[in-house]
Amino acid sequence: MLRRRFIGAIPVLLGVSFIVFFLMHLAPGDPVNLLLGDAATEAEIERTRREWGLDRPLVVQYWEFIRRAVRGDFGMSLRYGVPVSTLIFERLPATLELAFASLFVAIIISLPIGVYSAIKHNSFWDHSGMTLAMIGVSLPNFWLGIMLIFFLGGQLNLLPVAGRIEYGIEIKPITHLYLVDSLLTGNLAALWSALKHLLMPAVTLGTSLAAIVTRIARSSVLEVIRQDYITTARAKGLSEQAVIWKHTLRNAMITIITILGLQLGALLAGSVITETVFSWPGIGGLLIQAISTRDYKLVQGVIFFFAIMYFIVNLIVDLLYMWVDPRIRL
Amino acid sequence: MRGWQRYVKIIVGGAILLVLVVSGVAAPLLAPYDPREQRLANRLQPPSLTTERGRYILGTDNLGRDLLSRIIYGSRISLLVGAATVVLAGLFGCIVGAIAGYFGEMVDEVISKTTEIFLAFPFLLLAIAIMAFLGQGVFNLILALVLSRWVQYCRVVRGEVLSLREREFVQAARALGGKDLYIIARHVLPNTLPSVMVIATFAMAIVIIAEASLSFLGLGVPPSVPTWGSMLSEGRSYMYRAPWLTIFPGMAIFITVLGINLLGDGLRDILDPKLSRQG
Repeated sequence: MLRRRFIGAIPVLLGVSFIVFFLMHLAPGDPVNLLLGDAATEAEIERTRREWGLDRPLVVQYWEFIRRAVRGDFGMSLRYGVPVSTLIFERLPATLELAFASLFVAIIISLPIGVYSAIKHNSFWDHSGMTLAMIGVSLPNFWLGIMLIFFLGGQLNLLPVAGRIEYGIEIKPITHLYLVDSLLTGNLAALWSALKHLLMPAVTLGTSLAAIVTRIARSSVLEVIRQDYITTARAKGLSEQAVIWKHTLRNAMITIITILGLQLGALLAGSVITETVFSWPGIGGLLIQAISTRDYKLVQGVIFFFAIMYFIVNLIVDLLYMWVDPRIRL
Repeated sequence: MRGWQRYVKIIVGGAILLVLVVSGVAAPLLAPYDPREQRLANRLQPPSLTTERGRYILGTDNLGRDLLSRIIYGSRISLLVGAATVVLAGLFGCIVGAIAGYFGEMVDEVISKTTEIFLAFPFLLLAIAIMAFLGQGVFNLILALVLSRWVQYCRVVRGEVLSLREREFVQAARALGGKDLYIIARHVLPNTLPSVMVIATFAMAIVIIAEASLSFLGLGVPPSVPTWGSMLSEGRSYMYRAPWLTIFPGMAIFITVLGINLLGDGLRDILDPKLSRQG
């Protein structure tokens, strides 16, 4: 199954690369003008056209694009003058740290509420939990972020409103994930500062995921709880704790993990907005900067990178199935 | 849930959506001021029922424009983009999905691979990417959102049609000599309508947030058109001096999306008995 999954992925990845390649040709006008801006001279345009191979047939250009992309070469950023991949990898740890923190926030909020709502089906707690989930799923995350900045950052002055760490605090880079590095080096001041900086963006990005997972957790626990094997477990005298933890949750987790995996893509896309709101130095913020400065090679590279990351995450979710559910063999 | 309780979500959600539609359609009648009219002397007026300078219930922005009027006009874009995207993506996705499910084999293979390609992009990211290259504009925005959204309909309709095509009434229509396209349009697609309606309602909520997000990032409609997302983005620079500029447009998005989600939940409870038993 694993091999089939990989082979099946090839046409999908080719299609993705074609869309990303084609994006540049979607823009009205000549791509070279887009790359160089309106102030470029005829000679510069001609030289860039040759350098980028834009004078060659589209099929050849596409082949060249794939050939470079496979080696991780997405071209040079026009604004920064360095390879696009360098810029992406410089910023990747910040985005990963934010994504993991948001995932953590989403899980610690959603699982207890969702599971408890299902166990206490149709009670006051169930209705309150579902109302909260409905509110969470309807909140635009950029507004939530702005409101958190306004109240917690501005009015109450509790948390920093931008960046990853206080100015002047140094962290010895190991993994480039500030929380991990500060823990590994025992730098408590940096850990505290990084945590404070991470909290608001993680809550902003994690809220809608938490709302979705709460609903899914509740409905999958409800579905499992009605199965015959749960009745059997109760009938043979197992404690309610054992029925819930060992029999119900383990089976309900299959659906929950699927949804968490599928929603990670939304988390990546959401990071574009959250990073912009909190001036978080990650890939999402880089994408918006690149769009506003018309650095199209960088835009193309970031989009491709996001799509591949999303694809890898989905593959990992598939592998996790096997771990959670031994009935599924790879 | 019994009797009228089943309909509470639909009534509340429907009422909110109705307010949105009425305010969008009757914006020129409802808005107290022209949303583009600048009165620099009245800039950043806080919300107030009566002031010496005029009646600005939700306050004014940095150019002295009335925020309430801008929010009322802003509903037009949310509504237009939301409705147009849902209808166009729905039509396209349902037709393509029905063709894949009905004909199966090679056709299904090609269409399913294509949907997989589109699904490889996180939804909002694909819309951001398309807008980055197409540039601002209502048409471009709708196109970007349709291209990012049609796959959801396609996959659901394909799945339903796969089982519908084996049902007796479809077999009978075929035995009577009905043409494939006629059978799809007359017998197959109408039977997918309940699921499509539920997806469409939730999709409308997602699209309205997406439109606001794109406008917030400066990738939506041109700045001259008032939208809730762009109002929020402009208001951010005055967040501490004039918090109403970020609070009210965000509330407008939140309440609208909440209303549509309630409507979708209510519809699902009624149209999908399996899920409603769980709820």
